[in-house]
Amino acid sequence: MNNVILTTSLNREISKDTYEIILAGDCADNKPGQFVEIKLNGFTLRRPFCIAHSTDSTMTLVYKVVGAGTKYMSTLTYSDKLDVLTGLGNGFNTMACETSRPLLIGGGTGIASIYNLAIELKERNPIILLGFRSKEDAYYIAEFSRLGEIHIATETGELGFKGNIIEYLKTSKIDYQYYYACGPMGMLRELFKFSKNGEMSLEARMGCGFGACMGCSIKTTSGYKRVCKEGPVFLAREIVFDV
Amino acid sequence: MYNNLSIKLFGNVLDNPIIPASGTFGFGYEFAEYYDINILASIALKGTTYEPRYGNILPRIAECQAGMINAIGLQNPGAKCVVGEELVKLSKVFKKTAIANVAGNSIEEYVLTSEIFDKAQSIMAIELNISCPNVKGGGMHFGTDPKIAAEVTKSVKSAVKKPVIVKLSPNVSDITEIARAVEGAGADAISLINTLSAMRIDLKTAKPIIGVGTGGYSGAGIFPIAIKMVAATNKAVKIPIIGMGGITNAYDVIEMMYAGARAVMVGTQNLIDPFACKRIIEDLPRVMKELKIEKIEDIIGRTTLNG
Ligand SMILES: Cc1cc2nc3c(=O)[nH]c(=O)nc-3n(C[C@H](O)[C@H](O)[C@H](O)COP(=O)(O)OP(=O)(O)OC[C@H]3O[C@@H](n4cnc5c(N)ncnc54)[C@H](O)[C@@H]3O)c2cc1C
Ligand SMILES: Cc1cc2nc3c(=O)[nH]c(=O)nc-3n(C[C@H](O)[C@H](O)[C@H](O)COP(=O)(O)O)c2cc1C
Ligand code: FES
Repeated sequence: MNNVILTTSLNREISKDTYEIILAGDCADNKPGQFVEIKLNGFTLRRPFCIAHSTDSTMTLVYKVVGAGTKYMSTLTYSDKLDVLTGLGNGFNTMACETSRPLLIGGGTGIASIYNLAIELKERNPIILLGFRSKEDAYYIAEFSRLGEIHIATETGELGFKGNIIEYLKTSKIDYQYYYACGPMGMLRELFKFSKNGEMSLEARMGCGFGACMGCSIKTTSGYKRVCKEGPVFLAREIVFDV
Repeated sequence: MYNNLSIKLFGNVLDNPIIPASGTFGFGYEFAEYYDINILASIALKGTTYEPRYGNILPRIAECQAGMINAIGLQNPGAKCVVGEELVKLSKVFKKTAIANVAGNSIEEYVLTSEIFDKAQSIMAIELNISCPNVKGGGMHFGTDPKIAAEVTKSVKSAVKKPVIVKLSPNVSDITEIARAVEGAGADAISLINTLSAMRIDLKTAKPIIGVGTGGYSGAGIFPIAIKMVAATNKAVKIPIIGMGGITNAYDVIEMMYAGARAVMVGTQNLIDPFACKRIIEDLPRVMKELKIEKIEDIIGRTTLNG
């Protein structure tokens, strides 16, 4: 964990209610699947976000406006400063799929979390499944197209397969051995029922984001683990979904 | 070594009055990844029960305007594991002694758990959490009835050698009544306040945000309530008081000590700023200079409550 002050260099709407924010400053040592906690003026608790992309001196986050905090974030402009805890949690294990072509599955804002991973696994031509509610919610399609073979599903059917992305996975005969997934709980639960050969990034309401409060503990097959500290990425077969 | 920040507690000289509050600092050692925790006066460990507890269903956290609600439900690995594993890890990075925080469902459980900590070398004192609002059938009801509070205190006191701190709940009509009861039962110190019973509702679903419905409110918003309760308690008892509730900076520490606290605990602020205790300790000399305070120990209870 690092506590850094980052400066907003760009903050723009990229699809319906979804924004991409680029922050500049000390962004070294952030691995795919790790997250950050942002302090927002006027809000008590920090807000957790996956790192969509990072270099040593910039990081890109993608966030959806769902409440007062993210609404405030959408008003940030060039040169606005943010107090951020970076490098939180444990990311994806890119070694786990060494012998096969990686399968990446993202839904909604969870897609941001697999973008960094797709960049890292680019050489291995990953299969990338993206699920959105509708065409106006879709983002990063061109970006992902450059990194692997992409498949899209929308619930409205406006883009790609009509239905959710896990239904698509079940019907398309995609050949894979190991997946990496991030998305809404409903999507992850369905994926979990279908296959446990992979790892998934979970969300929980957090008090701290760095392991101090036990606010985010989930049940796993090897005892209780904190989404913020041992996670947010867990082996699918280790998650106990009925807590 | 004695200095202007030092305070005496249970015959020990502490380097300063700052102690992270129970439940907001884990078992301490993970914070050593962020800074040298040996600057702290001590550390109050996560609430511990005799048996391991998972705690409550998620969500356990709800944000508020000037604080947060938690309903962790005392997740902990059980007293034997805390002493056998967590304290061992803590001792590797923390050279001072910690404060065990003990909870239970029965007086017997308080006694058994306290006895386990009493044997641990790295424990300075045992804090009895008789004020947790997040556990059904236990916790808080020990702290809302003066007779039961006295009984828990007396039972643990007669079973252990280490000093016993009793942590009081603000969810009572007269906190001084409980304070006097536990002082009479032999408590070596009182700590206050624990969280205030509270609730938030999700506007989209009209359901409570917290999984179990309600929880305990902490953070900056409770500071004035804590100050008043510490001042009232200071007037009611002679034993040392450890003050807490909404402390976010060095000025708050001074105010809490004016009210009567000998040492203070910092809770929620650690969750917002992992460096909170370090920043407060480093800022204290500057704030003392500004307020023309030479020795911090001199200001304890400087404010007297009228009436
Ligand atoms: C590890 C992790 C990574 C995340 N990554 C992203 C991301 O890349 N993009 C994105 O858009 N969202 C992401 N989220 C969800 C994001 O944190 C919430 O949408 C955001 O905190 C909502 O804040 P708000 O003030 O707008 O909403 P409000 O509902 O007003 O927030 C009130 C409180 O609830 C918390 N909260 C509300 N919804 C969530 C949620 N889904 N998960 C956790 N806490 C929540 C807030 O943090 C805040 O403490 C992530 C969550 C976690 C835990
Ligand atoms: C997440 C969380 C967990 C807590 N767990 C405990 C606990 O296990 N035992 C206890 O005595 N108090 C516990 N508390 C209460 C705090 O120690 C403290 O009394 C209270 O939060 C008020 O101080 P603050 O406003 O500085 O946080 C907890 C508080 C929080 C926020
Ligand atoms: S959010 Fe505090 S432990 Fe995970």
